[in-house]
Amino acid sequence: MFDKTQLEEIEKLKHSYEKALEKSLPKGPERKSEFKTVSGIPVKRIYTPEDLTDMDYCHEIGFPGEYPYTRGVQPTMYRGRLWTMRMYAGFSTAEESNKRYRYLLSQGGSGLSVAFDLPTQIGYDSDHPMAQGECGKVGVAIDSLADMEILFDQIPLDKVSTSMTINAPASVLLAMYICVGEKQGVSSDKLAGTIQNDILKEYIARGTYIFPPKPSMRLITDIFEFCSKNVPKWNTISISGYHIREAGSTAAQEIAFTLADAIAYVEAAIKAGLDPDVFGKRLSFFFNAHNSFLEEVAKFRAARRMWAIIMKNRFGVSDPKALTLRFHTQTAGCTLTAQQPENNIIRVALQALSSVLGGTQSLHTNSMDEALALPTEKSVGIALKTQQIIGYESGVTDTVDPLAGSYAIESLTNEIQMKAEEYISKIDEMGGMLTAIEKGYVQKQIQDAAYEYQKAVESSEITVVGVNKFQMKEEERDFQLLRVDEKVGHNQIEKLKKLRSGRDNLAVREALEDIRQASRDTSVNMMPHIINAVRCYATEGEICGVLREEFGEYTENIVL
Amino acid sequence: MQELVRKALSGDTRSIARIITLVENESPYTEEIMKTLYPHSGKAHIVGITGSPGSGKSTLTDKLIHEFKEKGNKVGVIAIDPSSPFSGGAILADRIRMQKHAVDRNVYIRSMGSRGSLGGLSKSTYEAALILDACGKDIIFIETVGVGQSEVDIMKIADTVCLVLVPGMGDDIQIMKAGIMEIADIFIVNKADREGVERVVAEVKMALDLVQKRSWIPPVHSTIAEKGNGITELAASISNHHEFLSISTEGLEKRRNRLVTEVEEILQREIARFTEEKWNQKKTPELIDSLYSRNTDPYTVAGRILEEVLLEN
Amino acid sequence: MTHEKIRVIVAKPGLDGHDRGAKVIARALRDAGMEVIYTGLRQTPEQIVDTAIQEDADAIGISILSGAHHFYFSRIIELLKEHEALDIIVFGGGVIPDDDVPALLAMGAGAIFGPGTTTTTCVDWLKSKVHEKRTLEMA
Ligand SMILES: Nc1nc2c(ncn2[C@@H]2O[C@H](COP(=O)(O)OP(=O)(O)OP(=O)(O)O)[C@@H](O)[C@H]2O)c(=O)[nH]1
Ligand SMILES: [Mg+2]
Repeated sequence: MFDKTQLEEIEKLKHSYEKALEKSLPKGPERKSEFKTVSGIPVKRIYTPEDLTDMDYCHEIGFPGEYPYTRGVQPTMYRGRLWTMRMYAGFSTAEESNKRYRYLLSQGGSGLSVAFDLPTQIGYDSDHPMAQGECGKVGVAIDSLADMEILFDQIPLDKVSTSMTINAPASVLLAMYICVGEKQGVSSDKLAGTIQNDILKEYIARGTYIFPPKPSMRLITDIFEFCSKNVPKWNTISISGYHIREAGSTAAQEIAFTLADAIAYVEAAIKAGLDPDVFGKRLSFFFNAHNSFLEEVAKFRAARRMWAIIMKNRFGVSDPKALTLRFHTQTAGCTLTAQQPENNIIRVALQALSSVLGGTQSLHTNSMDEALALPTEKSVGIALKTQQIIGYESGVTDTVDPLAGSYAIESLTNEIQMKAEEYISKIDEMGGMLTAIEKGYVQKQIQDAAYEYQKAVESSEITVVGVNKFQMKEEERDFQLLRVDEKVGHNQIEKLKKLRSGRDNLAVREALEDIRQASRDTSVNMMPHIINAVRCYATEGEICGVLREEFGEYTENIVL
Repeated sequence: MQELVRKALSGDTRSIARIITLVENESPYTEEIMKTLYPHSGKAHIVGITGSPGSGKSTLTDKLIHEFKEKGNKVGVIAIDPSSPFSGGAILADRIRMQKHAVDRNVYIRSMGSRGSLGGLSKSTYEAALILDACGKDIIFIETVGVGQSEVDIMKIADTVCLVLVPGMGDDIQIMKAGIMEIADIFIVNKADREGVERVVAEVKMALDLVQKRSWIPPVHSTIAEKGNGITELAASISNHHEFLSISTEGLEKRRNRLVTEVEEILQREIARFTEEKWNQKKTPELIDSLYSRNTDPYTVAGRILEEVLLEN
Repeated sequence: MTHEKIRVIVAKPGLDGHDRGAKVIARALRDAGMEVIYTGLRQTPEQIVDTAIQEDADAIGISILSGAHHFYFSRIIELLKEHEALDIIVFGGGVIPDDDVPALLAMGAGAIFGPGTTTTTCVDWLKSKVHEKRTLEMA
């Protein structure tokens, strides 16, 4: 980016700077012998144009809204519209969650994000033995369309966009959402939102899988196909690095494994006969905003650039909308501390800022008490205000990609891209992500990184304020923790009993049998059959139960 | 101690587990325990499941447990995973795939660290199998470490050895080269949902034609362990082989040879224990010095130690 | 008898799939020379207790982040009692509010390691606890 004479001069100056340092350093040594990001990338004392001599601005950085989208996916970014301030919420019953959603919308939140309880995520009804003690614990319990109707009561589905954290049984929950729309008189082409629907990261990092990889991939491509025709505004998948990072990966691994997952989905969809220029537009991503501020900004930029290159070169995609990596961000839950929880507000603010400077399309900010339990309304409020302050007060949104051109940021962006590309080629060599997962390669990389991180914290190589440095003696915890009523499970079971006796059970049985038949023929799209079953109030557990019988169940692959 | 053994013999899980621990830790009670249990053993069918890492040994075992349990058998499983050579610790994770049987009264699953043994088993695997045998298990599966090449120890202790191969891993050829063809009584080509199964099956059959003919011709099964395909047939072969052993001279030979090996191994272990003790007493820095300076030689030193051990006993 | 290996079950009861903590502690215990029987995700209390008995484990470590800790601890301890196996140490970690800890300890949990506990703390505690238990058994 600089001409030769300029570079020569820079080199000279740098030389004398270092000469001078040689003299002064022994007197005033630096705080550490080596500075590193939380991911272990060494950070240089200073970055200069010399670090970017090979940089080609036009082709590698370019302009926002233009290939390779390093500077952002839209031409005006936040000058046009701020990111969607989307708060993940949902707990106990549909009634309770519904209240919380309406509160958030009244507070200026612009999108909903639904958290489901674990039985729902794993395809068990609330009265299944495995659901004991878990109902309504980490999200809302949804057993049937009846619950979903309550969940979105008085929330017009054509006015909000809804993101649902649901993976293995994503088809079922999407079917329920479509049916609620029907009842509200909103046709499916007006529905906007996202389902997570990312099963691969469940195998490697999050653990809420049901079926083995093959049938799971089929359910996913069925959704791609169905939505491209019937729910065109729906983001059919949110390919997630968030949980990979939470499981302990480095920043480079986070984007490498996420993009490798994405490659696997695109390949599967192409194999199923879909056009990447079409379904590519509905792919969305989900990343983590962790502590190392500069590294995180660089990570988001690198991911965007890499995806555009992958879609263009690997899959021959040309539609700009299918080349762009649009992503949701959540601040890193694993960085929250139980000690001095108020400090978490500051951590979250910095992490949120990094994602905004990295060009996120939507953001969830964690609440300070999340390391302890489900967040209270007050702490959720603070977390949301944090976004509003960044968006409306800080001014960082007034110019597009303000950190571009920083020698440090551009260098780190390149470095993370290089590291991530190495992982992706390794996975390619193994024969793709599915094989890499089966071999336990990906899991092992993540666990090694997690273990390294833990050791680094324990040796104080990484500082955690309030935990291994600046601890306070007796801690008073004077804020309220939210608790889920143990009765939730009980009530939910009662509701189910009523549902099962009040519905047309013959129709349910037929619909379930129909699903069984459809599951056996891979040329059939499962979605219409699932919608049909949902409409006659077959429960989630019943539908997944049939699929469990047909597809089998996955057991995790442990490599420690 | 006798009380514990009595309870174990009556099938009490906790006592069985305790006894295995005592034997595994080479507790001073080992001899007494084994002597008491021995007369009750010799009834169970011991089946080894070996094959390279990730070939599906645990998944197969899980399905076989189910199969044999259904037929009314009491099933024991011993699954060995490698111990860390640095810390001596181990992560034992085979049973993850068998956990649905964890609560079944008729199934006993025990994980063992290899604790320094290299042949794919641990030092006490055989004793553990004998204990399960004596305590009433009808069939005992032993899943080896799965490091690949050198897992020949299983042949010494199992009645039936199953070797698991997988298409497309390249290890099929490896194993044939390493001469493991001779140790297996049953071949399993798992992950038959993948490409290349037929090829591996054909290759194994061809290789079998080349090795020396035995009166038992090892069957070759293809399975999809994950889904349970081919398991019934495999289980039938396992039972057939058991049957074969009980009526053939080969089977009789096998069992008799095993007893010979057993005595030999006990002898070796006991002698090693004596010599080791003595050596530890003698192993002074001065002695090493004189070896180092070539004032004496290892043969002379060892000879003297042996002499002393023999004299003392 | 310190040369006797310590055997520990590490399990994730319930449906929660966040196993980073369980895996990190499993590795730390292994690196401290213990044999860790890792049972993985979605374990019922019955499975955990039966596993501990079959494996003759000295201890059971469970990690819970779903908020269902009260349920799982009480059930596991109850089952141990039924099996007359209360000598098996039960400890745990995860997202467990401080206020809930006393009740879990009163139930019979050996220790609850909150967020931010070092693996060394946990390993050392377990070592001394097992030692204590074994001395008691010898006597
Ligand atoms: N595609 C396919 N995968 C299988 C099959 N059987 C097992 N697997 C998968 O192979 C992987 C390894 O299976 P395990 O049963 O743990 O293999 P193992 O030989 O016991 O492995 P180690 O004990 O680690 O040596 C798992 O991911 C299984 O799900 C099969 O028939 N087909
Ligand atoms: Mg195994």
